[in-house]
Amino acid sequence: MTSSAVPERRTRVGPRIPQKYVPILMTLALLASMFTIGSIRYPGFATGQVVLNVFIDNSFLLVVAIGMTFVILTGGIDLSVGAVVALSTLMLALLVKHGWPTLLAIVVVLVIGSTLGWTMGAVIHYFEIQPFIVTLAGMFLARGLCYAITVDAVSITKPGYVAVAEHTFNLPGDMYITTAVVVSLVAVLIGIYVLHYTRLGRNVYAIGGNEQSALLMGLPVARTKIAVYTISGFCSALGGVMLSFYMLSGSGSLAVGMELDAIAAVVIGGTMLTGGIGYLAGTVLGVLVLGLIQTLINFQGTLSSWWTRIVIGLLLFGFILLQRLVFLRRRS
Amino acid sequence: MTRHRLIWPLLSIAALLLTNLLISPGFFSINMRDGHLYGSLIDIISFGAPLMLVAIGMTLVIATGGIDLSVGAVAAISGACACLLISKADDQNSLATVLMAIAAALGLSMLCGLWNGVLVAVIGIQPFVATLILMVAGRGIAQLITTGQIITIESSPYKRIGAGYLFALPFSIFIVAGVFVVTALLTRRTALGMLIEAVGGNKEASRLAGVRSRGLIILAYVFSSLCAGIAGVMISSIVSGADGNNAGLWIELDAILAVVIGGTALAGGRFFLAGTIIGAVLIQTLITTIYSIGIPPETNLLFKALVVTLVCLIQSPAFREKAFRLRRKPPLLADTTSPADDQPVKVTA
Repeated sequence: MTSSAVPERRTRVGPRIPQKYVPILMTLALLASMFTIGSIRYPGFATGQVVLNVFIDNSFLLVVAIGMTFVILTGGIDLSVGAVVALSTLMLALLVKHGWPTLLAIVVVLVIGSTLGWTMGAVIHYFEIQPFIVTLAGMFLARGLCYAITVDAVSITKPGYVAVAEHTFNLPGDMYITTAVVVSLVAVLIGIYVLHYTRLGRNVYAIGGNEQSALLMGLPVARTKIAVYTISGFCSALGGVMLSFYMLSGSGSLAVGMELDAIAAVVIGGTMLTGGIGYLAGTVLGVLVLGLIQTLINFQGTLSSWWTRIVIGLLLFGFILLQRLVFLRRRS
Repeated sequence: MTRHRLIWPLLSIAALLLTNLLISPGFFSINMRDGHLYGSLIDIISFGAPLMLVAIGMTLVIATGGIDLSVGAVAAISGACACLLISKADDQNSLATVLMAIAAALGLSMLCGLWNGVLVAVIGIQPFVATLILMVAGRGIAQLITTGQIITIESSPYKRIGAGYLFALPFSIFIVAGVFVVTALLTRRTALGMLIEAVGGNKEASRLAGVRSRGLIILAYVFSSLCAGIAGVMISSIVSGADGNNAGLWIELDAILAVVIGGTALAGGRFFLAGTIIGAVLIQTLITTIYSIGIPPETNLLFKALVVTLVCLIQSPAFREKAFRLRRKPPLLADTTSPADDQPVKVTA
């Protein structure tokens, strides 16, 4: 049956799209069609600033999703990101409030986030416990730490901090972006460089493809696995710093459920949850899709906010189904 | 064997109860008021009832080697559905209305379970990803049912489920006991339990041995959602209202924790229902203790994190080997050498 089907497929005319690009192209098509529908239905939608606002409102999610992409590419998962984001905002707000220099406070927060990630990675690798349960414990730990410090929100009022957070870069055509957007775009570029042009990046893909083979090839599996969780912890902390730019406050109850948004963004962006296949550029598209859903629902006006969650769930389902189909076809 | 497995959870419960006794000497006292029994010990069990229910369902899913992250969302959906139907009825106190509403809520929950089961068993998506979909979308669906509001109801038969009494004891205890006994009988007095463990141990091998793994996995998810649905009805009955956003929030994590504490390994293949109940009681006792010591209740997440980490580390063979290498290695090697082996094992230092 299959042997007769193969030549038939080969005789098909036109350029063949490599299968590895199918999910990411689907995401791109989805994004384009969402934007087109929005532009046709709502006046004032098809402006550059609407697109930039998606970036402004989701820059922290984008950074968190970069870390999540690394983790998922190795075949792992990190459920602690939302809690680490919240812990970072709270620590930052408290440190700044107690008169620490802003830069030092940010560095301390980033170090704490990376350390948390490193610890979880080490436990996952050396004690062979499933990533989702370890990072679940990490999530409890980070949220618990927040509430142990304080249950209240701490606002950031330091003038210098507020100035940096609210500083906008003007672009031609009356458009602007915030500091956080610039940081997130730089993070994306660094992420793409690390993933595609360094040894660490190759190792990440190799481990995601087959950990046993990677080990037998002599790749540093332990170092790489711990590194991706450290990167995820670092990205979460950075996301926390950017969220505190956005909210100008820190609280343990911020970013609840962000891990789900980050996972959804990565999956919608075409990264396989089994690891080994995916692109960081896809994750950027995934975040844009999530942001655009929110924007569309806001523009619609009559749809209530809970539709966001339902639509995200449906998209998640659709893309996971697509992954299965691509995977099954590849295997057969 | 059983004693050995549950000795630590039981000792922890005892230690927590003793701590409570030291703080408030009247902790163990149980009073009779208006024909109902009151006391902290009874509170622990009745407040822990929804968690126990969810954990019973979770045990079977974990036994098949899966996980169900959607239970909290399913509980919210079920509570929302029941409360909506009762609030729309002419006579909220009519028993028939309440029974119809509960039946509809549980039916909807089982449909959610069927969805999860089909995704896992038929389409072949990893369990935690498959149930993540409903976890994300489920709260949206619950809010869709309640149109974003908190539906409050005035129904005495419905209130009885979570906050009523029977034979001087909270009614919820009887529901949990009933579900537990039925589950235990069905799994341990028939082959069902063994078949579920077979699927969890090795899905492919059990399929080749003639076990219908696909149907069993779907059954486990449907059962888990049914339990979550009952828990959801109970939660909404305690407060006489449905809150799509907060009902059953984080209960999936507590349930997984309860199952793991009870000795069921996350890898699947074995399950211990009684252990799960003890795990749930331990978690509820921990929460009660944190309240009575006067630590801010929000910090109980911190304690749960420590408990999860400890339990998982102790369950991990890699950790045991690395942590107790010096003490354990010689006897381990001796154990694995069967008497029939002719070749002597060379131990190299």
